[in-house]
Amino acid sequence: MGKKRVAIIGTGQTYHKSHRPDVNGQELIHEAVSSALCDADLTIADIDAIVIGNMDHFEGINYVDCWSVDGSGGVMKPIIKLTTGGTTGSTIAIGGYHLVASGLFEKVLVIGWEKNSESDTTGAITTAFDPVWDRLVFAGAISGLAVEAQAYMARYGATDRDGARVSVRDRKHACNNPHAQLRKEVTIEDVLASPMLADPIHLLDVCPRTDGACAVIMANEDVAPKLASKLDWIWATSSRHKYTYIGDVNWGELDSMYNASREIYKKAGIKEPNKEISVIELYQPYSFAGIIWIEDMGIVPRGKGAEYIWSGATDMGGELPINPSGGVIACNPIGATGLIRCAEAAMQVMGKADIRQVPDVNFAISTGFGGCMWTDMILHGQKKPDF
Amino acid sequence: MTDIFKDIEPMVYKSQINVPYSWWAGKTASKFFTELKENKKIMGTKCDKCSKVYVPPRKICPFCFKENQAWVELSDEGILLSYTIVRKQLASLPKKVPVIYGLIKLDGADTGLLHFIDEVLPKDIKIGMRLKACFLEERAGKIQDIGYFKPIN
Amino acid sequence: MENAAIIGIGMTKIEANKVRETFADMVWEAVNKALNDAQMTINDIDNIITTSNDFWDGRTISCMAVGDASGARNKNVSCVEGDGTFGAFYGLTRVLSGSYGTTLVTAHSKGSESISSLITNAAFDPIYDRSLGMDMITACAMQATAYMYRTGTTSKQIAQVSVKNHGNAKNNPMSQLPMDITVEDVLNSEMISDPLHKLDCSPVSDGCCAIIIANKDRALKYNDKPVWIKGVSFCSDSYFLGDRDLSKAASLTKATNAAYKMAGINNPKDEIQVAELYDAFTYQELMWLEAMGLCDDGKGSELLENKYFDIGGKLPVNPSGGLLSGHPVIAAGLIRIAEIVKQLRGEAGKYQVHGAKLGVAQGVNGLAGQSHCVWVLGKEK
Repeated sequence: MGKKRVAIIGTGQTYHKSHRPDVNGQELIHEAVSSALCDADLTIADIDAIVIGNMDHFEGINYVDCWSVDGSGGVMKPIIKLTTGGTTGSTIAIGGYHLVASGLFEKVLVIGWEKNSESDTTGAITTAFDPVWDRLVFAGAISGLAVEAQAYMARYGATDRDGARVSVRDRKHACNNPHAQLRKEVTIEDVLASPMLADPIHLLDVCPRTDGACAVIMANEDVAPKLASKLDWIWATSSRHKYTYIGDVNWGELDSMYNASREIYKKAGIKEPNKEISVIELYQPYSFAGIIWIEDMGIVPRGKGAEYIWSGATDMGGELPINPSGGVIACNPIGATGLIRCAEAAMQVMGKADIRQVPDVNFAISTGFGGCMWTDMILHGQKKPDF
Repeated sequence: MTDIFKDIEPMVYKSQINVPYSWWAGKTASKFFTELKENKKIMGTKCDKCSKVYVPPRKICPFCFKENQAWVELSDEGILLSYTIVRKQLASLPKKVPVIYGLIKLDGADTGLLHFIDEVLPKDIKIGMRLKACFLEERAGKIQDIGYFKPIN
Repeated sequence: MENAAIIGIGMTKIEANKVRETFADMVWEAVNKALNDAQMTINDIDNIITTSNDFWDGRTISCMAVGDASGARNKNVSCVEGDGTFGAFYGLTRVLSGSYGTTLVTAHSKGSESISSLITNAAFDPIYDRSLGMDMITACAMQATAYMYRTGTTSKQIAQVSVKNHGNAKNNPMSQLPMDITVEDVLNSEMISDPLHKLDCSPVSDGCCAIIIANKDRALKYNDKPVWIKGVSFCSDSYFLGDRDLSKAASLTKATNAAYKMAGINNPKDEIQVAELYDAFTYQELMWLEAMGLCDDGKGSELLENKYFDIGGKLPVNPSGGLLSGHPVIAAGLIRIAEIVKQLRGEAGKYQVHGAKLGVAQGVNGLAGQSHCVWVLGKEK
C-alpha cells in the first residue's frame, strides 16, 4: 500500500431550503447519503469509512460523528469528524482525499451538513472569536467581510455596483440549479436597492441561511475505474488557515487564497490559470469576494477583478465560468457549503452538471472559505494525475 | 529564567455561550410525540428488511439503511435492561437526587428506551424486572409525557 | 500499511486548573517539547492537525485558538473534532498519502473552564432524550451496571483499578492525581451514580499533548528513536444507548481486530507487553481489555486481583496512571499514544515496563464508549 490516486465517483445533495421541518438532522444527512450512493451505484455496505463535518454551535449537538450514525450509515464503521468553521465542507473533502490516498481505505463517504434554521447563526459565529480580545467587539461573519470590501475599495476604487454585478451573475446561474435555495434573477438596481447590512454590503450581496446536506464518494485508483465510467480525479489540495486574530489580517487581499492557489498550481504544473482552468466553484459568501479573490488566485492582475467580471468572462459561456451552481449567495448550509463546491466541480468534470454544464472541462477548482479569512482549495481534473 | 507572571494575579474571564435552538423534530418524531400526547400510545418503527422494531422510532434502519415503512404500537410495559441511581446533584439533572434512570425494552421493541424509574426503592431495582409507563395527565408532546416507569408488582 | 513512525512527543503536566495558561499557551508548550524531543524545528513540520472540541472549548471553530501556537500560519493545517487518537489517525493518513513527510498533531482541552455535565448532556439527542438530563457519568454508570451484571464483576473488584492506577501515577511526574489509596477508600468515597463512586471516576483536568508523525524516509532523519506505527483502526457502534448491548464494546472489538490484523498480531495476549487504555471510569479498563482480546471475556477482574495488570505483571495496563489520574478530554487519547512511545523507547522512568516491544493505545469518542480508535505501536519496524 501507500500513496494512491483518488477519484470522486459519486455525489449527492438535498434540495436545499431555508427550513426543513419535515426531517431532523440525521434524516437530512440520510437524504444526501442515499442520493450519493445512488449516483455511484453503491450501497452503504460498500463504504469503508466516513468523514463528516458541520459546525457544533449551529445545531448544539456534541459528538456529531457519534450522533449522526443513524443517518450517515456509520454504525460499526470508522467515522471521523473534521470541523474548521466555514471551511468545514472543503476540509472534509480534503480529509476524504487523504483517507483514500493513504491506502488505508478503498472507498470513503464524505458528508457535510447544516440545519442553520435551528439556531441563531450570527450568535454562534460570534463565539468563534477570541473570548477575551475579539468577541466583544465583533459580530458574526458579515463585519469581517465588510472590512475586507472597504479595504479593497479604498485600494482599487471598486464600487458597490461592481459587487452587485457578481451577485447578478450568481443569482442568474442559480436558476439552472434545482438544488439551490434561491433561484430568482435580480438586476444591479435590485441589489443596490436592497437593505444595507454593513457598508458596502447589501442584503442581495450576501448568502442566505440554509438547511441542507451534501455527500461525496471517493475511491482509489484501483477500484474507481471499475465503479464509474465518469471520474473526477483529485489532483491537489491545500488548506491555508493563516490567521488567528482579526487584527492580523492583510485586509483587501486574501493571503490564504494566494498561498493555496500557488501551492496547487505548482503541484499540478499550471502556468496560466485563467486559460488552463475551465470552471471554478468559489466559496464566495458575498459578492465583493467574487472580484477580490480571483485576483488573489492570479486569474487577473490586482485591481482588474471588476473589469473581468463586467466583461462577462465569468458568466456561463464566458472564458472562465465561475459558480455555474449559483454558488454560496444562492445557498449556504454552512458545514455542507464547501463540499457542495467540491461536488459541483466534480459534476462539471464528470459531465454530469446537466443544464449548468460548462463544455469540455479539463481542470476545475473548488474552494472553501471561513475562520479568520482562511482558504481551502481542491484541483479537480478529467485525466488521472501523472504524479 | 525569570517568571514574567511573578506578582501577576491571573485573571479569569467569565462568559457563556447562549444560543437559542429550535430543533425540527421531523415527521417521524412528530408522529411519535403526537401519539404519546393524544393517545398515550408508544409507537415504534419497523424495518421491512430486518424486521427490527425501533423505539425511539427511526425513519431509517441504521443497519439496513432503508426507510422504515411500518409503524408498530408497542406495549407500555417492558423489562429493565440496565439502570443507574444518581446520588450527586449533577448539573444536567432536571430534578433533585436521587434520580433513577433506566433503559427499558418495551414488549414488542428490539431496542431500549431511556427514561426515569420511580415508585421503587433503590435496593429493589433489578435488571430484568418488569416496568410500566406512567403517563402524565397533562401532556405536551414531549418524552416527559411519560412521567416515569414503575415496577409491575 | 506502509511504514510510518512517531518521532516526537510532548505534553504538559496534567492539572486540575491551569489558571495561568490559555489553550494556546498549553499547545505552545507541548509543541515545543515535541519538537525538542524529535530534534526538529517547526520548519521541519510539513503540515499540522489540531484536535479540539467546540463544546469543551466554549468556542465555535475552536481550532482557531491554537493555529498560531501550533505553527500553522504558513502551512497546511486541519482540525479533527474528537479524541486525540482520531486526530493522530488523520495526521497519519496525510503522511501515508504521500502529500506530507511529517505531521504535527496536537490535542488540547481545559475541563476546568466548563461544566462537564452540561457539555456531555449535549451529546444526547435533542429531540428524544436530552431533556431527561443524563450526562457522561450517568451514561457510563448505566453501562457499568450492565457490564457488571453480565460478567459478575463487583464494585470491590473495579475499585482495584483505581487503586492500581492512582498508585502508578505516583511514578509519573506529569499526572494530576498520584494517590496511595485502598479498595476501602474507593468504596467509601462519595457515591456519584450507582455503581460508580467518586474514586471510580476520572477527574476534571486541563492539559495538552503533541506528537510528530513521519513517513519512512523522514523517520530516521532527526533522531534515532522512532516508534513504528504497526496497526491502527477506528470504529463506531450505534448511537442510541438502547440500540447497543451496553455491556459489550462491539465497536472496540472490531477496531482492535482490524489494527491487530494490520500489525500481524495473532495472539495479542502473548504479543503485547504494555497497554494505555481510556479508563475514564474504573470498570472501563476491564471492559476495554476484554473487548480488545487482551484477556478473556469477564476475566479481567480476576487477573487484576492477581496483579496481572500491575507494572510488574504479565500485561501492565496504564503504567502512567491512566485517565483516572488525569483526564484532559480530547488530549487524553493522544497522551495514551505518547505514553506507549515512552515505554517502547525505554524512557518511562520509574514506571517503565521492562522489555516492552509492542504496545497498544486506545481513545474514545461519544457516550459510554460508542466510538474507539486503536493504535498498535512497535519498537521495531
